[in-house]
Amino acid sequence: MDRSDTFDIEFTLNGEAVAATVPARRLLIHFLRDDLDLTGPKIGCDTGHCGACTVLYNGRTIKSCMMLAVQADGATIETVEALAADGEMTPVQQAFHEHHALQCGYCTSGMVMSATYLLEKNPSPSPEEIREGLRGNLCRCTGYVNIVEAVAAAAGKETSA
Amino acid sequence: MTAPTRVETPRWTGQNYPRKEDRRLLTGQGRYVDDRGMIRQGYAHFVRSPYAHARIVSIDTSKLENMTGVYCTLVGEEVKEMTDPLFQIAPPPGGNMVEYLMAVDKVRYQGEPVAVVLAETRELARDAADLVEVKYEPLPPVTDAIAAQEPDAPILHDEVGTNVSWQGTYEYGDIDWALSEADHVVKIDKLHFHRFSSTPIECFGVVVNWDRGTDTIEVISNNQMPMFGAMMIAPSLRIGIDRFEFVSQDIGGGFGIKINLYKQTGVLALLSRKAGRPVKWVETRTEHHLDGGHGNERWFLDIEVPVMADGTILGVKARAIDDAGAYLHYEPLGAVIWSQVLPGCYKMRHFRIDYSQSLTNKCPTVPNRGYSRMQHLWMLERIVDVVAHELGFDPVEIRKRNYVQPEDYPYETPNGCVYDSGNLPLSLDKALELVDYPKWRERQKEAEGTTKRIGIGIGSTLDSGTNNFGQSRIINRELPFSGNGEAAICKLDLYGEVSVALGTTPQGQGHETTAAQVVADILGITPEEVTVIPGFDQARNSYVGFSGTYASQFAVTGINAVIGAANKLKAEMVELAALVLGASEEEIELAEGHARVIGDPERAIPFIGLANMVYTNNAELPTEVAERISLNCRHVYVPPFDPPDPDRKYGNLTLTYASQIHVAVVEVDTETGKVEVLDYAAVDDCGTRINPQIVEGQVHGAAAHGIAAALREEMRYDEDGQLLNANFLYYHAPSAADMPHIKTDWVESPSPFTGTGAKGMGEGGGAPLHAICSAIQDALGTDVPIVADSFNPPERVYRLLHGEGLGAGRGVEVVAKGGS
Ligand code: FES
Ligand code: FES
Repeated sequence: MDRSDTFDIEFTLNGEAVAATVPARRLLIHFLRDDLDLTGPKIGCDTGHCGACTVLYNGRTIKSCMMLAVQADGATIETVEALAADGEMTPVQQAFHEHHALQCGYCTSGMVMSATYLLEKNPSPSPEEIREGLRGNLCRCTGYVNIVEAVAAAAGKETSA
Repeated sequence: MTAPTRVETPRWTGQNYPRKEDRRLLTGQGRYVDDRGMIRQGYAHFVRSPYAHARIVSIDTSKLENMTGVYCTLVGEEVKEMTDPLFQIAPPPGGNMVEYLMAVDKVRYQGEPVAVVLAETRELARDAADLVEVKYEPLPPVTDAIAAQEPDAPILHDEVGTNVSWQGTYEYGDIDWALSEADHVVKIDKLHFHRFSSTPIECFGVVVNWDRGTDTIEVISNNQMPMFGAMMIAPSLRIGIDRFEFVSQDIGGGFGIKINLYKQTGVLALLSRKAGRPVKWVETRTEHHLDGGHGNERWFLDIEVPVMADGTILGVKARAIDDAGAYLHYEPLGAVIWSQVLPGCYKMRHFRIDYSQSLTNKCPTVPNRGYSRMQHLWMLERIVDVVAHELGFDPVEIRKRNYVQPEDYPYETPNGCVYDSGNLPLSLDKALELVDYPKWRERQKEAEGTTKRIGIGIGSTLDSGTNNFGQSRIINRELPFSGNGEAAICKLDLYGEVSVALGTTPQGQGHETTAAQVVADILGITPEEVTVIPGFDQARNSYVGFSGTYASQFAVTGINAVIGAANKLKAEMVELAALVLGASEEEIELAEGHARVIGDPERAIPFIGLANMVYTNNAELPTEVAERISLNCRHVYVPPFDPPDPDRKYGNLTLTYASQIHVAVVEVDTETGKVEVLDYAAVDDCGTRINPQIVEGQVHGAAAHGIAAALREEMRYDEDGQLLNANFLYYHAPSAADMPHIKTDWVESPSPFTGTGAKGMGEGGGAPLHAICSAIQDALGTDVPIVADSFNPPERVYRLLHGEGLGAGRGVEVVAKGGS
């Protein structure tokens, strides 16, 4: 395979069908951001640790910096842009707003995707389960206190620890 | 007749108004530098040195010459021809340093850029950079700040002639007298404050275009102190400041590190000029760890502390050796900035601190949250704890005895700084109460003799804010800097809209929200009705040389600039309305989007009516105000400072002193050395709070940085100067699962010096490092060496438990004097 090889792919992105030709080595995150102008997902590392690039891939959270764009072929992908598509923020986004669970906002796209996925799997997590569930997303601004509170609030319960 | 009554307008200042910035950030609509670009841009990639110290023998870019899609290369030698060396803050010898925007002849740390490649895509730029052939002749590196000062150490900068970039003695009171009169002298061999970085999740990024037509340089970046960057690089590029337009919108965390983004900006501007097209560059995480900038590492040696029998600590004598890394970026300002908090929270009056700074073959240090004060405060808190442990004082009582007391404010420190307000004993009580201190003392007793020991520690800090830049003259008396300030513009737009432009570059501090809150109160509208233009743009003309977001000062400099601008606008609106409504200015109030006569709401003119007269209907504008009123008001806030006296190293170095008192409860596993935080509390006092929720968020963030730094994070170099953790795989920034819950409370001691009573805050003074080291010491007791390093991973605690510390023996000695 050569660096200039390209592949044709088709997939569903935020509810819409997309067909594209992508270079073999392009990362999914770069494809989303640079080629499709979906700049909601961010890039914060080069080892798959920060989670800023988190998107939903066939309904599960993945780190889109750890996948190639060609792997999107046939998949259903959702980014943070899909969440408030009708103009109304989701309960998770609303709770982040009310509980001041974001500062610089750079981790937020990924964090909100992971929190949404977490609540789908476990609608009433304990604070420990929230912390564990967000293990793959680093935030350097908030110390996580308000993030944990926001997720608990979105789950319909308050937390004190 | 009854007196006119004012309509009560809601007060927005002081409320937890939810942030105006949030919606765009939560929906993926923020605009960070990597989200932006320019038409025809190429992507840049730097070629970096694999060696910590080497001579550059040759750089060969010939393989790239005919590569399709590669636009251009630039090497150090070319940079040298086109530019002048960067301006140095240091006086000689450090000031003799010849530093170009990119390495010439020699590299001095691993990851230092030697060339840069511009290509059509990110991937191609990276591949092409790999084909640049650089021949190096490795030189012996020096990575230890103490060894760097030895006579036989390899010299980094020949023109400096020494690795000591700055040296000065800070002497106040009479420490020799204090040491001879004290009942005890506690001697500590060595303390080491380690190197780490707050590692913002967003790395550096620059999109730059040197426009050939206008000869102007547009810079979209995430520089958090853009005018400092412009001041540094404009002379080097041989151009005026007015050639630049620095722009930013959202910035993904900064914590001081993003002050360091100026050399790259200069190189990329040259690359853009050479290529004749815009350049985009975004740093990778690995590059950020190698080259972005680290917090200062510092050694404290030969510490002597005079203590009276009742626990009064008289002062400190010590040598401090700071490790600046390979170049002086913002340094050696840190060599004076620590002295803003010379006695910390304590009434100590006698000091001799011999401070020097070493150059080493490591990444340059830059301001990092708690900059330079946290290192010093950590030493002071270690001293207080060691004194308490060695002499048998209660760690709470000894602090309360030595704290500056509530009735002492304004308190002048031995070096002329004026602590504005505070209540340290109350703050400490509240922090202890949050963790239920008596309960943990019980638990500690129960755990005695087991393998899970419990320790409780205190960190008392000051978060000094609003620098007097005159302190730079204590470093170098030739420098033309003093005071501080910020600019803001507040205007009434054509249809009566209120908009505000700031000079700051927030990275999460919520300036759009807090600025809107104070403007709403002044103009009698809601924060919703105030548009604070996001981000920074030099073209808005809302800046001074100090503009930016750093050093815990927005609540003072930024907000006072906004208040000044809004008050000027209000004065113009009131004057105009009074003329139009035929009333006196005293009779006019602004409320609900109108200027109206108090008590006579019928006589009113809406904001749009005032704007109309000035913008589009000025034949009807009363002649008294024509050409005088613009409804576009700029204000520059100037804090009340005098230049300090460089001979005595004396003067008021910062305007406000917020305090943070933290309490940590830890469990130490004696079998593994692992430290777990069981409970954590932080009490903040930053005077009057404009938005308490935002303040609390800053407290959480600063606490998290310190806790992680104390237990998980170190930028670790081996003796060859190779950074061992240049990514998040090996550099352990914590996740939610790794962090404890942080309990918070506050005390509110308004500052008498800021008009609003608010104090700058956010850095937090590194309180968790102090509290956790204190707690570990408390758990280990006095049978083992003292906790002498600020970084305490399991292996280090394990070694302490087995008798291995930093200094000789236990690293501490107590000399009893005068038979006591
Ligand atoms: S950018 Fe994907 S995990 Fe960091
Ligand atoms: S809000 Fe800044 S990294 Fe999370």
